[in-house]
Amino acid sequence: MSATVETATEIRPFQVEIPQEQLDDLRRRIAATNWPEKETVADESQGVPLAMIQELARHWGTDYDWRKCEATLNALPNFITEIDGLDIHFIHVRSEHEDALPLIINHGWPGSIVEQLKIIGRLTDPTAYGGSAAEAFHVVIPSMPGYGFSGKPSSTGWGPERMGRAWAQLMKRLGHDRYVAQGGDWGAFVVDWMGVQEVEGLLAIHSNMPGTVPPEVDKATLAGEPSPSGLPADELRAWEHLLTTYKQVDYARIMGSRPQTLYAIADSPVGLAAWLLDHGDGDGQPAGGLVSGINRATSDTGELTRDEFLDNVTLYWLTNTGVSASRLYWEYKGGFFNVKGVSIPVAVSVFPGEQYQAPRSWAERAYPNLIYFNKVARGGHFAAWEEPELFSQELRAAFKSLRNGRSS
Amino acid sequence: MSTTVETTTEIRPFQVEIPQERIADLRRRIEATRWPSRELVDDRSQGVQLTTLKALADYWTTDYGPGRIADRLKALPQFTTEIDGVDVHFIHVRSQHEGALPLIMTHGWPGSIIELLETIGPLTDPTAHGGSAEDAFHLVLPSVPGYGFSSEPTELGWFAGRVAGAWPVLMQRLGYTRYVAQGGDVGAAITDAMARQAPEGLVGIHTNLLVPALAGAPLPTDTDEEKAAANALATFRASGAGYLIEQNTRPQTIGYALLDSPVALAAWMLDHDTDSYYKIAHAFVDGEPSGGLTRDHILDNITLYWLTGTGASAARAYWEGGQAAARAAGQAPPPVTIPVGFTTFPGEIWQTPRTWAEKAYPTLMYFNKVDRGGHFAAWEEPELFSTEVRAAFSSVRQ
Repeated sequence: MSATVETATEIRPFQVEIPQEQLDDLRRRIAATNWPEKETVADESQGVPLAMIQELARHWGTDYDWRKCEATLNALPNFITEIDGLDIHFIHVRSEHEDALPLIINHGWPGSIVEQLKIIGRLTDPTAYGGSAAEAFHVVIPSMPGYGFSGKPSSTGWGPERMGRAWAQLMKRLGHDRYVAQGGDWGAFVVDWMGVQEVEGLLAIHSNMPGTVPPEVDKATLAGEPSPSGLPADELRAWEHLLTTYKQVDYARIMGSRPQTLYAIADSPVGLAAWLLDHGDGDGQPAGGLVSGINRATSDTGELTRDEFLDNVTLYWLTNTGVSASRLYWEYKGGFFNVKGVSIPVAVSVFPGEQYQAPRSWAERAYPNLIYFNKVARGGHFAAWEEPELFSQELRAAFKSLRNGRSS
Repeated sequence: MSTTVETTTEIRPFQVEIPQERIADLRRRIEATRWPSRELVDDRSQGVQLTTLKALADYWTTDYGPGRIADRLKALPQFTTEIDGVDVHFIHVRSQHEGALPLIMTHGWPGSIIELLETIGPLTDPTAHGGSAEDAFHLVLPSVPGYGFSSEPTELGWFAGRVAGAWPVLMQRLGYTRYVAQGGDVGAAITDAMARQAPEGLVGIHTNLLVPALAGAPLPTDTDEEKAAANALATFRASGAGYLIEQNTRPQTIGYALLDSPVALAAWMLDHDTDSYYKIAHAFVDGEPSGGLTRDHILDNITLYWLTGTGASAARAYWEGGQAAARAAGQAPPPVTIPVGFTTFPGEIWQTPRTWAEKAYPTLMYFNKVDRGGHFAAWEEPELFSTEVRAAFSSVRQ
């Protein structure tokens, strides 16, 4: 092997070390925020309300401590390796249980690896969380290109299809010859496309934002046409939810057409925080799960808290990835919740606050090899972040059938 | 008349005063800009290009004199008066020609009264600009509520139709009983709404953006010219209307950055239409302006938004428009029965064919296609624009 090739496939340990100067600059900018006047409505219909963002900024600029998040990240094994010309950052936690099933988990937007931190222990060390050794996973959590500590693409073409191929290379490089993949939001697109491309070694996928909408329904919802007649109750509910969702995704339309114009989210911390908070997830605008989180100072049960939300925003800020992350929307020209054509085994968990609740009938049509389908009682678009315990249980159950008879 | 009424109809002289401290803060912020990585394409298809915006920021902090706005406006008679609960700022220049026709001209987004300043001379003093005394106008240039030096509405309902209702009050207060109105962009929407409300005294309008086409009125697509216009409009809706969608729905969310980051504001304002973007980029990157779209004029406008802190409130006017459109869905607007003039400028988002203007306005009295200028026609080609306004209204003069 030549030295060049060795360098390119090398896996380098990585530690997060943000210079104090950057943290001071962030606080300075937050304190110096020039605010607009209050919205002219009493609800969230014009965007993130002034009082909400001012309270968040007050905490962010004073009591919030990034170093805690940095310490959490650095307590985990972080690495960087170059794939397809780009540095890919990832967390890789091997379970101590040798038969553990390798699992690659994809975050979405406006998320990052920060979304997944609370499920790592539960998945890799299930016996410490009420599970059994037979349920363990080896976990790989990459940062998508343009996100977090991964490199920012300098040319076009890094859509979910290409990311899916990169993840397969990553798993191979880590020695995981047979593995499963999980994703929500953009991560759901990536795992769907991994499934469509049947990348090497992939046994099955789990999605918490599955693409199940039948073609005729997808076409009609996008066009705002009346619903096809005779839909059963759960399909009609999904239909209505999709109509609402499509009216709430203006942030996606902007990023899909004009990502570079968002200089705002590179230069203004508060501008960035508002942009990342205003994400329609079906629970109402702005994102229901996130709003609940920023109103929660602490949680004994692992629910999303204000500091966790700020960890994520601060990660975007410190890596200056607001615009590079937005470009993913520009890259992708395919459908959103439509059927992508995955024929390998698929598991689906439906969370009640998701952009739409996939009916079992649609999931069965969309994924002919549906190995698991469950509707859970709690959680929304940021399921792993909002309900880490429930989410982890879902993954254990979803992939259970694949472990039987699997060669170790 | 009671004291209260006197106070509210009072017309107060207005002068722009910009504290030095605000200018220093602006400069500090521009210099401290944190930039994103460069776009991945070689055109504007991902948004405002990094090179363009860096050239703009560089000029803004070096050669540009932030005191320019106050200096330019100081020379003009400015006033404020309260209408419908909002302080309306306006420039009012009376022509020295007694028979001049009163004209209220309305700016758009991302514009302001700055767009219209270079037309004041040609319109009010035509004899000094190649016209005749019979071409003169008394000119009123208001700032739309939420824009510039007008106050920001604190209550709901200030869509174009409500502004259109305020302007006749202003004209009446100024003693004008017979007048005309003109507008492009948002100003065209306001002017169109005025014509539909048909207030007493309004005898004609001229616009340079065909508002009914944007509103979705059925228009013919038989000829090549009509097909080209329909295609350009469809392209705008599909890929050029991002700013419009965001402002229609989430003005407060984008508003935070527009008030906190001068460069964010500049980028947001530059990303309007393809023609004007490339003209402005050319001015900053190559130092070659297109007509009146000079670096200084462009920065006068952006700096005005910054210093008045109106990024969010101007965006909110679109939200109001969206709400009004939803309320009016399915109902045809009242017809226009007064004379209408229209001019098609070649760089506009779509080039309106005569057939479209006739269909949209059955009372069309004037139509012309000119060979220069774009979306910001008055700004870019003030002389040509003024010639069009004179020609459009010549038949309604007494």
